[in-house]
Amino acid sequence: MTTTTPEPTATVAPPIADATLRAALSSTARPPRPSGLAASTAFAWRALLKIKHVPMQLFDVSAFPIMFVLLFTYLFGGALAGSTGDYLQQLLPAIVVMNVSFITMYTGMAINSDIHKGVFDRFRSLPIWRPAVLVGMLMADSLRYLMAAVVMLVVGIVLGFRPDGGPIGVVAAVGMLLVFAFSLSWVWTAMGLRLKTPESVMQMSMTVLFPLTFASNVFVDPDTMPGWVQAFVANNPITHVATASRELMHGAVDSPALLWVLGWSLGLVLVFAPLTMRAYHAER
Amino acid sequence: MEPDGTLAIETHGLKKHFGETKAVDGVDLRVRAGTVYGVLGPNGAGKTTTIRMLATLIDPTEGSATVLGHDVVARADAVRSSVSLTGQFASVDEELTGHENLVLLGLLLGFRRKDAGVRADELLEAFGLAEASDRLVSTYSGGMRRRLDIAASIVVTPDLLFLDEPTTGLDPRSRNQVWDIVRVLVAAGTTVLLTTQYLEEADQLADRIAIIDHGRIIAEGTSAELKASVGAGVLRVCVGDAARRAEAADLVATVLGVPVELESDPAALSARGADPERVPGALTALSAAGVVVTEFALAPPSLDEVFLALTGHAADTTDTTDPDAGEVAGGAPQEDAA
Repeated sequence: MTTTTPEPTATVAPPIADATLRAALSSTARPPRPSGLAASTAFAWRALLKIKHVPMQLFDVSAFPIMFVLLFTYLFGGALAGSTGDYLQQLLPAIVVMNVSFITMYTGMAINSDIHKGVFDRFRSLPIWRPAVLVGMLMADSLRYLMAAVVMLVVGIVLGFRPDGGPIGVVAAVGMLLVFAFSLSWVWTAMGLRLKTPESVMQMSMTVLFPLTFASNVFVDPDTMPGWVQAFVANNPITHVATASRELMHGAVDSPALLWVLGWSLGLVLVFAPLTMRAYHAER
Repeated sequence: MEPDGTLAIETHGLKKHFGETKAVDGVDLRVRAGTVYGVLGPNGAGKTTTIRMLATLIDPTEGSATVLGHDVVARADAVRSSVSLTGQFASVDEELTGHENLVLLGLLLGFRRKDAGVRADELLEAFGLAEASDRLVSTYSGGMRRRLDIAASIVVTPDLLFLDEPTTGLDPRSRNQVWDIVRVLVAAGTTVLLTTQYLEEADQLADRIAIIDHGRIIAEGTSAELKASVGAGVLRVCVGDAARRAEAADLVATVLGVPVELESDPAALSARGADPERVPGALTALSAAGVVVTEFALAPPSLDEVFLALTGHAADTTDTTDPDAGEVAGGAPQEDAA
């Protein structure tokens, strides 16, 4: 209890003052319903508050990306491209893609552990645009994706990454990556709502993400791979995103990769957003 | 049951089955606007499932329900616009502060940021939570969470408030505070549907009470009507000299005209279904016979006794055939069965 008054319970005046309570009850008219965007933004704010209260959550978008850039640059650089500096020019635009794609996985885990809490009953009983809960979460997650991308870019530039496309190219590449990551996240939200535990969500998404990110052109040129692997790599969306990211950052857009990325993004949202919403609706 | 005035809730043959389990199995409710309606029953009786259907969280398997004139399935959005739900397990966000919780609700209801903040402060003040305003809810006591939960339900005053076991697990003082809040809400014109496991709570707050068991309503009426139907409860007597218990039992049985049970305590006896008007006579008889009495208590009927009287079986919460005994376990456990 908030008060420390030691009086017995029967006679003590409760801290609920009738008059204040009556005033609080009579002083509100119902405002007009919030727009879908306003409701989504409110949920994004909720997600950001949680980060504010538990900042350790940002570990996966700061420490891990730095480790990835350092490890892969110095492990593979000399062997694959002759020097770490040369390798970094090709690796960095792609490893940002790989890492941000990996981080999208946490979205599904977060939803899975969040959705069973009582507060979701309240959210569901509100007259708001129903997808707002999930869109808001994804909006906040997009900020985390952006953080990871920026952290990696800064580390890369310190190590000697020099994008030919200049700041505009880098911003365009990061923007495209965020669109793709937002779209990819819907896969995990659908999964997060269907599976029982955050652990099973992680296992499932790892199973999808490992082959997707490694069997791509992120680390090496696929030319030396066996034919069937090349076929997979060539049609892997991560390959398209990595290629488009390289092209944008280095200012040389000369393949349909960007179009592929937009197509994949649209397709992922069109398929998995409705699946997510159906799972959200069935979560009862 | 002859309700006059507008009905806030009306259900016909409402059912919710999760596979084989019949959580709610044909419930007919008529709740008049502006009243408090109590749904009384043990864990797993179907109370929470009923509330979840009425609050549009789950669709009925069969039957229909109208809330404030709107069908809960066809016009779910209209229902959501005029009701609020306080779930059995605090429907507030533990990882946010009390103030942030209420601001979030305010934003979701359409307030602008500044107005939402003002409204949050006002409610925290009214509910005695001003000092805890900037603490994470995870540090709140059970009573504080409940109050915040109810505050969150009235950021915009709802026409109808669902309170699912509002005082389960609360200490008596917090319970009294919640009761006070409910009374003020009702005085301000809100209709309240509350579920409870406690007869006393229904007695204190509800204008009418439905007793629910195994997904069905087994009795309905005012508190007085229900009490009359189950008798006056239990008279418990302890005698000063255990050797005279048998004699005392005979006297009590004769005066009250009901069977008397001898308890395991060698000095204690009890009589179920004692007519309150005859009880003073029993004390007089004991006194006239010179039997020293150390305890003489007429307890109101407990939920167990109501159940016993109405169903012939005890309100046994461990019953394995219980449709949604999972109600005790977590926020929304029925999903697993669905």
